[in-house]
Amino acid sequence: MLTNRSKLVVKKEMTFAEKIYLPAILSGVAITIKHLFRRKATVKYPEKQREISEVWRGQHVLKRDDKGAERCTACGLCAVSCPAEAITMVAAERKKGEENLYREEKYAATYEINMLRCIFCGLCEEACPKEAIFLTDRIVSTDYERNGFIYGKDKLVEPVNERVDISKRQTPAVLAFKQQKRLSHNK
Amino acid sequence: MSEFLIYKLILVGSVFGITLFVAAYSTYAERKVAAFLQDRVGPDRAGPFGIFQPLADGMKFIYKEEIIPVVSNKFLFVLGPCLAMLTAMMAGVLIPWGNTLIIGDQVYSLQIADLNVGILYVFGVVSIGVYGIMIGGWASNNKFSLLGAIRASAQMISYEIAMGLSIIALIIMTGTLSLGEISAQQAGGVGGDWNMWNVVYQPLGFLIFIVCAFAECNRTPFDLPECETELVGGYHTEYSSMKLGFYLFAEYINMFVSSAVISTLYFGGYNFPFMNDLGLDHNTISIIGTVVLFGKISFFIFFFMWIRWTIPRFRYDQLMNLGWKILIPLAVFNIFLTGLVMILLK
Repeated sequence: MLTNRSKLVVKKEMTFAEKIYLPAILSGVAITIKHLFRRKATVKYPEKQREISEVWRGQHVLKRDDKGAERCTACGLCAVSCPAEAITMVAAERKKGEENLYREEKYAATYEINMLRCIFCGLCEEACPKEAIFLTDRIVSTDYERNGFIYGKDKLVEPVNERVDISKRQTPAVLAFKQQKRLSHNK
Repeated sequence: MSEFLIYKLILVGSVFGITLFVAAYSTYAERKVAAFLQDRVGPDRAGPFGIFQPLADGMKFIYKEEIIPVVSNKFLFVLGPCLAMLTAMMAGVLIPWGNTLIIGDQVYSLQIADLNVGILYVFGVVSIGVYGIMIGGWASNNKFSLLGAIRASAQMISYEIAMGLSIIALIIMTGTLSLGEISAQQAGGVGGDWNMWNVVYQPLGFLIFIVCAFAECNRTPFDLPECETELVGGYHTEYSSMKLGFYLFAEYINMFVSSAVISTLYFGGYNFPFMNDLGLDHNTISIIGTVVLFGKISFFIFFFMWIRWTIPRFRYDQLMNLGWKILIPLAVFNIFLTGLVMILLK
């Protein structure tokens, strides 16, 4: 009784109406039958998609620069920042004549994200000094095999002629945050 | 004689088929009703509105891996679901599915067998049904299964008493045990000759009967034998593949048969109001009557589901209290009341 929060347990006798259960059952039945005619809350997913937030964090994209060269330099900061340890990569050195393919002298020969491990937190995007990886509003599709969820460069790098729009996620607040990082070399 | 055999065989075959069909679609209806009462859509991927869902479920059950525990009694383990299924199917023989059909100068009854001890037979068959559950639960050699089986048998035996007593009042009134005659007595209904359904004269008996029917079918709020929160799966914890399917299927067949019995005993069976005032010929009335009976059965199956998705499960002591301390005295009181009224009216 020190805190005055303890309550005495009262074993209440049920009234006659409660004992015969029927009034309670009838009122319950009336409630459920009303729900039979309510509008359904279900969204029939593949045909109909729920509206998602503008800053939705979905499937990743590895961006190319204006000339079509991959921005990623395989620094590994995204893999380090990833709390789910979903990202692995193998770095390689750019050879002569590949300047149109890779922007920096080092690039990712393989770059894999395990979509089953990924928690879509967006820390890789935050960590990236090269503005190479972004999360998009695309939803990772389902698969029957686990291997199918390991996305390589073939699925992650955006095609040259089909750029993925990531501007929606770059709200003023996000841009201001990135400004703080003073990525002067990216300007 | 051969004509008689062929007619009975066709009748048995069609009742068998219809029972399986209705039971299969009850599983679909159960999921749909559950979904609709919870503001969801339910299965709607297999075919339009998901009407092929029972087929998909059946296929899945058949192709699932079949596990018979090493420590189980194999013979009884297999016998359990067979018995549950068999007894569930047997009660449908007694139901008058419709009035007579007159083809040529022959009269064909739409009831497979009109035993003069009809109701007793139904009760007998239904009480064998508990053996399926008991044997299955015991043969599994698993404590959860055993507890579920014990609960099932205790519950079914307790509620059978109240159910039988509630029927006695009805029998005092109708003076017959034959389901065919009880149906025929309720003919007419509102219209030409005023002949009310038995539920008008026996509201208390009906209430007791339907509560006991819920308990006999192991339906919510009396589904303690398969109480997931306490007993994993209850008596069918160890079952897999189609043997589990048989148990679940038997429950739906039981539900269908109970609905048919309730409709026949208390809601006029194949009779419908104004049936004698429409001026249609006998066969048409019979066919409409059969359709009406199936309408009534569908309503009661829906009612079973409606209750299931409304009320939570009883506690075990509440269940026993309700059965022994409330329903049985009420049923006895109902018998006295009916007897008194019958004497006074004579």
